[in-house]
Amino acid sequence: MNGRALNLLGLGLVGVIGIAFLVLIPRLFELDVVLELTVYMIMAILALSLALIWGYGGILCFGQSAFFGLGAYTYAIAVFNIGESTIPLLLAIVLPAAFAALLGYFMFYGRISDVYLGVITLTVTLILFNSVNSTAGPEFRIGSARLGGFNGIPGIPPLNFPGNKASPIDLEGMFYLATISLLLAYFGLRLLLASRFGRIIVGIRENERRAELLGYDPRAYKLATFTIGGALAGFAGCLFANWGNFVSPTIFGLAQSAQIIIWVIVGGRGTLIGPIVGCIGIQWLTTALGANQPSGGPDWWAKIFANAPLILGIILIAFVLLVPKGLVPTLGDLGQWLLSSRTKRAKTRLEPKRAEEG
Amino acid sequence: MAAPLLQTRDLSMHFGGVRAVRHVDFSLAEGELRCLIGPNGAGKSTFFKMLTGQLQPTHGHVLFRGQEISYAHAHEIARLGIGIKTQVPSVFDGLSVRENIWLAASRIHSREQTKRVVDEMLERVGLIEVAERLVGQLAHGQRQWVELGLVLATDPQLILLDEPAAGMTHEEVHKTAELVREINRTKALIVVEHDMQFIRMIAKQVTVFNQGSVLVEDTVESIMRNPQVRDIYLGKQAAA
Repeated sequence: MNGRALNLLGLGLVGVIGIAFLVLIPRLFELDVVLELTVYMIMAILALSLALIWGYGGILCFGQSAFFGLGAYTYAIAVFNIGESTIPLLLAIVLPAAFAALLGYFMFYGRISDVYLGVITLTVTLILFNSVNSTAGPEFRIGSARLGGFNGIPGIPPLNFPGNKASPIDLEGMFYLATISLLLAYFGLRLLLASRFGRIIVGIRENERRAELLGYDPRAYKLATFTIGGALAGFAGCLFANWGNFVSPTIFGLAQSAQIIIWVIVGGRGTLIGPIVGCIGIQWLTTALGANQPSGGPDWWAKIFANAPLILGIILIAFVLLVPKGLVPTLGDLGQWLLSSRTKRAKTRLEPKRAEEG
Repeated sequence: MAAPLLQTRDLSMHFGGVRAVRHVDFSLAEGELRCLIGPNGAGKSTFFKMLTGQLQPTHGHVLFRGQEISYAHAHEIARLGIGIKTQVPSVFDGLSVRENIWLAASRIHSREQTKRVVDEMLERVGLIEVAERLVGQLAHGQRQWVELGLVLATDPQLILLDEPAAGMTHEEVHKTAELVREINRTKALIVVEHDMQFIRMIAKQVTVFNQGSVLVEDTVESIMRNPQVRDIYLGKQAAA
């Protein structure tokens, strides 16, 4: 089986699983499970945004939560002022994208090195966290929306069907919207990465100097990638604000930014399905550990297992040390190795890594 | 005589107190093949980096077909038609040979043309057998050809080769020399090389760099006989 056939098989598989998930989950499970899965889907879109800019664009953004949070806050503020949700939704995509473009312009055209890029993006999200956190007073309002500081913004009106304010999307509707959005984001990014643009950004990730000497301007390509990632994260933020009808400054916080990076590391950089799997897996684990609170007894082990950050930290370290490529690429390598040892080839033939892989 | 393809005027590069390149006036005619020799640290690679926009000269000018390119970005210079094969092969190690060539060809060709050009180039540099392999897994000599293929696929008017025969077997050196002569039928080249065997195979005109300046410029035969050049550079080989 060649790389192309494998690729198509993978795409088909994701499509079938995605549609089965979409159709079956609301029929098989209670609303609480559906609600929980909805937020997984939303976070998976966020994971995809970093999968694109870090995994394929080679841009280590430590502050992806900045765009996520901006999307959520933009939606909240706009929907309070406008009422009908179509324009707020669009703003929640456009504003984070514009912010990413502006930030990216200074970083890429200023030739900031990779390490400082991480530092700057992290700093930006923390600045946003601190700024929004300190807007608790009643004087901090944009139109009819109060920013609420560390209390956040409660009671955000939900999305409605485009143009019809009287028909809001209900909880089950949110599940469908989030899942379909995730599938569209996944297939859309696959298309993007298989395009000329996608192949070039992977080339730039592999060797920026060489790409430059061939006549490509890496700054422009990185800026475009970063902006698309910002738009996608903003969209996820908008869905998130809808999901809980609430947004608070913790969305910009360190814990949130670190989580996104952990999803991508665990799932595997350089793939799209990996970060989705990493995101859903880690979130499921966090919820499971959190639900398992010890009942106050001296049970040592139960206490450790209930400490979600500790367990997540151990998982992260284990992955960085033992599975540095991440879950999905490692499983892929394993599958390929089994396949090639079965065909008993004298020479180990590794499939080329193509831009559209994963 | 027609206007030169490439010209440098008083070109200098200082790194702190180190004067890597000093007042170089260099001129290359359309379609010319020039060899650049000189001991390690003579400033050859720095000179190449200034020609391709990887370094901005401290002062002086680089003109390509009369156009000032001294302070242009590397990608702009590449678009004007200067291609470079660097000393350590600069390729896309994590991608297949085919994808490497595709990235180069895709910059100037349409979708359909690119496919054709990639196949032709793989044939031309003899990499069709390993087209689907990752470049990072290839031997050094093969990676050199991948890079040569990349450079050729962007169809530059001037090609700079920084030690193209380094790390190659005797047979590969011959093949590379043949390829260089073939390229020279349609394009101008500047070749930096230490291997005198290789230079004898390809060179007509040779420029000798020493301590950042041009020491002498002459035909390959005269350079070989030049006692000054022997002293600074060829000494060990001539004596052997």
